[in-house]
Amino acid sequence: MTVSTTQPVGSGGATDGLTDDAALRIFRTVTTIRSTEDRIIRGLSSGELRMTYYTVRGQEVIPAAICEHLRRDDYMVTTYRGMHDCIAKGIPLDELVAEMCGKVTGTSKGKGGPMHLSDPQSGLMVTTGVVGGGLPIAVGLALSSKLRGTDQVTVVNFGDGATSIGATHEACNLAALWEVPVVFVCQNNQYGEHTKFADYTRSPSLAERFRGYGMEARTVDGNSVPAMHEAAAEAIGRARSGSGPVFLECLTYRLGGHSFGATTEYMDPEELSQAEANEPVGRYRRWLVDQRGIGEDVLADIEASVVSNVEAAVGAAKASPPPGPDELLTDVFSNVEALPR
Amino acid sequence: MTTDDPIHTLSEAVNQAMDIAMAEDPDVFALGEDIEDPIGGVMKGTKGLSTKYGRERVRNTPISEQAIVGAAIGASLVGMRPIAEVMLMDFFAVAMDQVANHAAKLRYMSGGRTNVPITIRTSVGGGRQFGAQHSQSLEAWMMHIPGLKVAVPSTPHDAKGLLYSCIFDDDPCIFMETMSLLFTRGPVPPGRFEIPLGVADVKRAGDDVTVVTWGWQVPEALAAAETLADEGISVEVVDLRTLVPLDRDAILRSVEKTTRAVVVHAATQFAGPGAEIASLVGHELFGRLSAPVERLGAAYSPVPYAAELESLHYPERKRIAAAIRAMA
Repeated sequence: MTVSTTQPVGSGGATDGLTDDAALRIFRTVTTIRSTEDRIIRGLSSGELRMTYYTVRGQEVIPAAICEHLRRDDYMVTTYRGMHDCIAKGIPLDELVAEMCGKVTGTSKGKGGPMHLSDPQSGLMVTTGVVGGGLPIAVGLALSSKLRGTDQVTVVNFGDGATSIGATHEACNLAALWEVPVVFVCQNNQYGEHTKFADYTRSPSLAERFRGYGMEARTVDGNSVPAMHEAAAEAIGRARSGSGPVFLECLTYRLGGHSFGATTEYMDPEELSQAEANEPVGRYRRWLVDQRGIGEDVLADIEASVVSNVEAAVGAAKASPPPGPDELLTDVFSNVEALPR
Repeated sequence: MTTDDPIHTLSEAVNQAMDIAMAEDPDVFALGEDIEDPIGGVMKGTKGLSTKYGRERVRNTPISEQAIVGAAIGASLVGMRPIAEVMLMDFFAVAMDQVANHAAKLRYMSGGRTNVPITIRTSVGGGRQFGAQHSQSLEAWMMHIPGLKVAVPSTPHDAKGLLYSCIFDDDPCIFMETMSLLFTRGPVPPGRFEIPLGVADVKRAGDDVTVVTWGWQVPEALAAAETLADEGISVEVVDLRTLVPLDRDAILRSVEKTTRAVVVHAATQFAGPGAEIASLVGHELFGRLSAPVERLGAAYSPVPYAAELESLHYPERKRIAAAIRAMA
């Protein structure tokens, strides 16, 4: 099981439905994700910023393509390696960066941090720090849509590492049984923390394994915008129409260690450098120019505006104060009287 | 207690609270193992509700405690009020990631932008020879996780009022239904009524010694008080009803009067709720106590199967009476 990083983008895949507008929106999203990560890494390396950070480099395309098919009132759940999902779903960048820096202007007033980003206004309902913990919650979000008779869809993102934990299997079984509108997006980046895929399972295909729960499951090149765009349209459309859950195994590659500062010595250097050479943001950019005839100047303008937005978000986060001491015991309960004294 | 209210079991009272809540609010629904009719819950708590409200709103689940609690959390994040049933409290051990890392923390981790208004009903064994994995009273575990509210009714009346409050509370509530009390009877007000969380109830007034307790130790304490009354010892029994919120004022008010306190619970005594309450009383009433605060909890052992050993494991009326006698 390897990612087709060497194949041309969109090879054999339909590009139908991907308008220039959508293609450029996706470009803006992946560029924002990449640019934010680059800026954070720079800040962490110099000591300018301080936070725990889990790289999303290499996985940008998956949520950018998915969110083209989601409405603001659709729900999303993600994990600690989920900044790309949060940006794609629409969490305002200023609030996202401030939260990661632990500042009062953050999405959670600085009390959640990078592993617990949420913004109900954008539909990003939960970011969990526990591998697999988000899937049962996503089933409940999807159940609420079914019970209320709305056509909202829930997308839950998780890594391949989450396919070995019990909560994932309980959730997938229940979702299939109840036919709730949830799309399970497994971002198979080839590593569960510091362990390679082949070292923790004998399953050749995750889609194959999860199809056994009685739901639609397919494997897609998660680094290809046209392929992801098409697969997401089908999966989300299916869930929205009431045909039940879908499992999408999105093949990708984590272009870095488990977390900032962590070693990559267990990663095959040749494989890593090959994946880096074909990293999806640059690959998509080349495709836009070469295959879609998008002007270099158009892309450069987007990149410049993104860099300036990211710099503004970082600047605003740095200028923001941390939460005050009165926040320590706020939001434990709905009523402060309930707090033990 | 004299009342004209109709007599029901605690299980029926629980059922009434859910029935009324579901009738009032379409966002209330129930999920759990075997809760649909004809089973209606292994303890009969949901009997008749799936017939009345349909299997969409009273839904069976596979044996999947993580998914049950997680699905309840998810639906609650967008304003629904799920009532999840975890068949036995011992099974919280398999659902604990959802309970402790998600339900309890999502309000805080989101800076108050989301909340988890779920109720988890669970049966608590003990005294019925169900062995070590079907008998634990794990309220101390729940109390130790900031963000969870914990209710433990001792009467049908309290069960109905507390469960109704839990369902409409905006925080996750653990509602413990003690198995040995489920089919005891008592007056239950008809229709909608609520008991606020965090308000203890003096189940028997007395002057000499305060027993602070909850759940199935309440009738044990009342029986001990009855025995001691014949010996001239006047015992006040304070039923906390909820452990979080903790009605600290009710505890202190009673012990200030009696100057002696025993805390009795079915949870393990070591590092149990009694230690917290003893510390509270000792600190706040230092110098005014006539005796050190006594604690009577479950022995530091897994719950044994043999009836002879199990009766030694939990506090019961004779040992409660002996402890009170020794300090009075």
